[in-house]
Amino acid sequence: MAETGREGTTWTRKDLLGLEDLSREEILYILDAAEGFSEVSTRSIKKVPALRGKVIVNLFFEASTRTRISFELAGTRLSADVINFSGATSSAVKGETLNDTARNIEAMGVDILVVRHPCSGAALQISRLVSASVVNAGDGSHEHPTQALLDIFTIRRRLGRVEGLKVAIVGDVAHSRVARSNIWGLQKLGAEVYAVGPPTLVPRGLAKLGVKVSHHLDEVLHEVDVFNMLRIQTERQDEGLFPTIREYSRLFGLNRQRMRRVKPEALVLHPGPINRGVEIMPDVADGPQSVILNQVTNGLAVRMAVLYLVGTRPAASPAAAEGLA
Amino acid sequence: MKRFTWIRRGRVADPATGRDEEGNVLIEGERIRAVGKVEPHSFEDVDVVDAQGLLVAPGLIDMHVHLREPGNEEEETILSGARAAVAGGVTSVACFPNTEPAIDNEAAAEFQVLQGKRAGLANIFPVGAVTLNREGTRMSEMGGLARAGAVAFSDADRTIRSAEVMRRGLLYAKMFDLPVIAHCEDPDLRGAGVMNHGKVALRLGLPGIPAAAEDIVVARDIRLAEITLGRLHIGHMSTKGALDLLREAKGRRLDVTAEVHPPHFSLTEESVVTYDPNFKLIPPLRTATDVEAMVRGLDEGTIDVISSGHAPHSPEEKQVEIVYAPPGAVGLETLFAVSYTVLVERHGFSVLKLLEKMTWNPARILRLHGERGSLETGKLADVSIFDVAREHVIRSAAFLSKSRNTCFEGWTARGATVHVFVSGRCVFRDGGLIER
Repeated sequence: MAETGREGTTWTRKDLLGLEDLSREEILYILDAAEGFSEVSTRSIKKVPALRGKVIVNLFFEASTRTRISFELAGTRLSADVINFSGATSSAVKGETLNDTARNIEAMGVDILVVRHPCSGAALQISRLVSASVVNAGDGSHEHPTQALLDIFTIRRRLGRVEGLKVAIVGDVAHSRVARSNIWGLQKLGAEVYAVGPPTLVPRGLAKLGVKVSHHLDEVLHEVDVFNMLRIQTERQDEGLFPTIREYSRLFGLNRQRMRRVKPEALVLHPGPINRGVEIMPDVADGPQSVILNQVTNGLAVRMAVLYLVGTRPAASPAAAEGLA
Repeated sequence: MKRFTWIRRGRVADPATGRDEEGNVLIEGERIRAVGKVEPHSFEDVDVVDAQGLLVAPGLIDMHVHLREPGNEEEETILSGARAAVAGGVTSVACFPNTEPAIDNEAAAEFQVLQGKRAGLANIFPVGAVTLNREGTRMSEMGGLARAGAVAFSDADRTIRSAEVMRRGLLYAKMFDLPVIAHCEDPDLRGAGVMNHGKVALRLGLPGIPAAAEDIVVARDIRLAEITLGRLHIGHMSTKGALDLLREAKGRRLDVTAEVHPPHFSLTEESVVTYDPNFKLIPPLRTATDVEAMVRGLDEGTIDVISSGHAPHSPEEKQVEIVYAPPGAVGLETLFAVSYTVLVERHGFSVLKLLEKMTWNPARILRLHGERGSLETGKLADVSIFDVAREHVIRSAAFLSKSRNTCFEGWTARGATVHVFVSGRCVFRDGGLIER
């Protein structure tokens, strides 16, 4: 591996809310820890006692299957007790405020809250209220740090480095939490990030974040090392941000013709769930340069690492200590 | 058809190069081979066109034309419109999407291009709709339209009411480096207006359209162009207020351009006093102050383009009570003659300044300037030759357009079209159409 975390770096944060706040060293520290945990999933008994006796609540206020399952499995493999809470079927629909929900759950002696919420800032809001650790599993259009970490982990594993790579995030960057987290993480590790899509989804203001903005996928095909194809939401068409799925696909879909023009070692990522035939054609999604399923596998290791680090940090919270007593 | 065409001893005026002197133009095949003192090596396979005493100009590009095909072929077809175009020395036409159905998809735009090729006269470039069916809500597939050959986007005679839809349209059109041509008229302020709001309308008892209807939307769209860095072209400007806004925007180096139609720098609201529906236009004929402003805007270069706004209407539709008549006038066949007569003869414009607004400027705005809009070696040989020495009388009965609704009936003008070449092919000769 070309780059790893510096010796002596430790994890001291209570929460993982986003990659914008993290240092390069902290990101590398998580990635290195994930390397270790990725081995666990290859064992016949896929479980370690790292978080035995700890309680993790998956607090999901927005529909999600893969992220929730991934966190659930990650917690289980670390031997934590994992409880799923779905905001759509629980107290939120009865009118309870987010703050009250978080306080009530914490009162049950929870160590880690994994929060997914449709509003940007929700994870931060909860983290300031509770002494349990909060892991952001996606807040509105803001951040989705574990997704970006698993994307970067996958890139580093495949290409051996992140520094100096050109990574294109293609699609609805304006509304994407995956894009934001990737931009921060990749830039801190020395990659050059491109945002590609129509101007209605890729505003030129992104250049202020140090991103290279392009409205023409064909113009950047030959120079990019990694394509991260965002899922295009049909709601955006209904909102009128682009005319039709057909035209979006023609202008920004990754298809066989375009793959002929990319670097031979270029990778294709997708945070899923993929829209076959829209942003990515089936033969590309299933093709040799696609690492989409590796991302899912690696996601487990990355989330184990994150849960482990926030759950075993040196200064344990008083509430958690109380819970253990 | 001969391989070479040698246009000799004309006054060759080309705004793109600044040339304005007696000389020759040699065309080989479909392209310009040389301009100046050039002569062919031999006279075999050469069509010699004597242009002595005539003005030899790049073929005119009229970027605001309504051809009624598909949908209202009784008023104009692409063929009849193309005939009218070359009769006016117009070699390229940007035709607006307010047809039935609207030109809001690739297939529709391709149909118009194909009909243009079948006509085989002027070049036909579609202007695609910004929104589906020009309803001002959902964006059309501008990418598909651009592929089919659209040179701009516009919802034609409908203002895009929603500032957000307009903002997105400007943003999205940027991907194809094409302008959005805005119809700047607040529909509520226009209301049932028939003519300019003011003293004449009061006298005539006709409902008025205030200048503010235009100024407000021009101000809005300039602001939207500013935040999107989009390419905005303001269609048919008519008010001093709008011109002042444009001048200020250009001072801030925004990518905003504008056009004016000949009636708006030639005629005032007084023309409406006979209740003749041919003077019912959108925007309406304005005051003398506005007309002076339009001339000044053209003179100082604030207004980039003169386009015809060619809007054919059949007599049975147009020759009704002025209140009921549809607005608009034909203009392809009078574009040059009226503009020359008013601006060069009356206001002392140079020929190059006049031609720039009908050739090089629209070519650049529509991104046609790589191939058209000037008389440079290697460009496609779109050439129009006018007689500015002799006067002629404008008679709508002689129009090649299917419609006759002109504002300039009976005008004595200079600048009749004599010969026209499109991609090197002679389509108009000695004042008459040559069809394949």
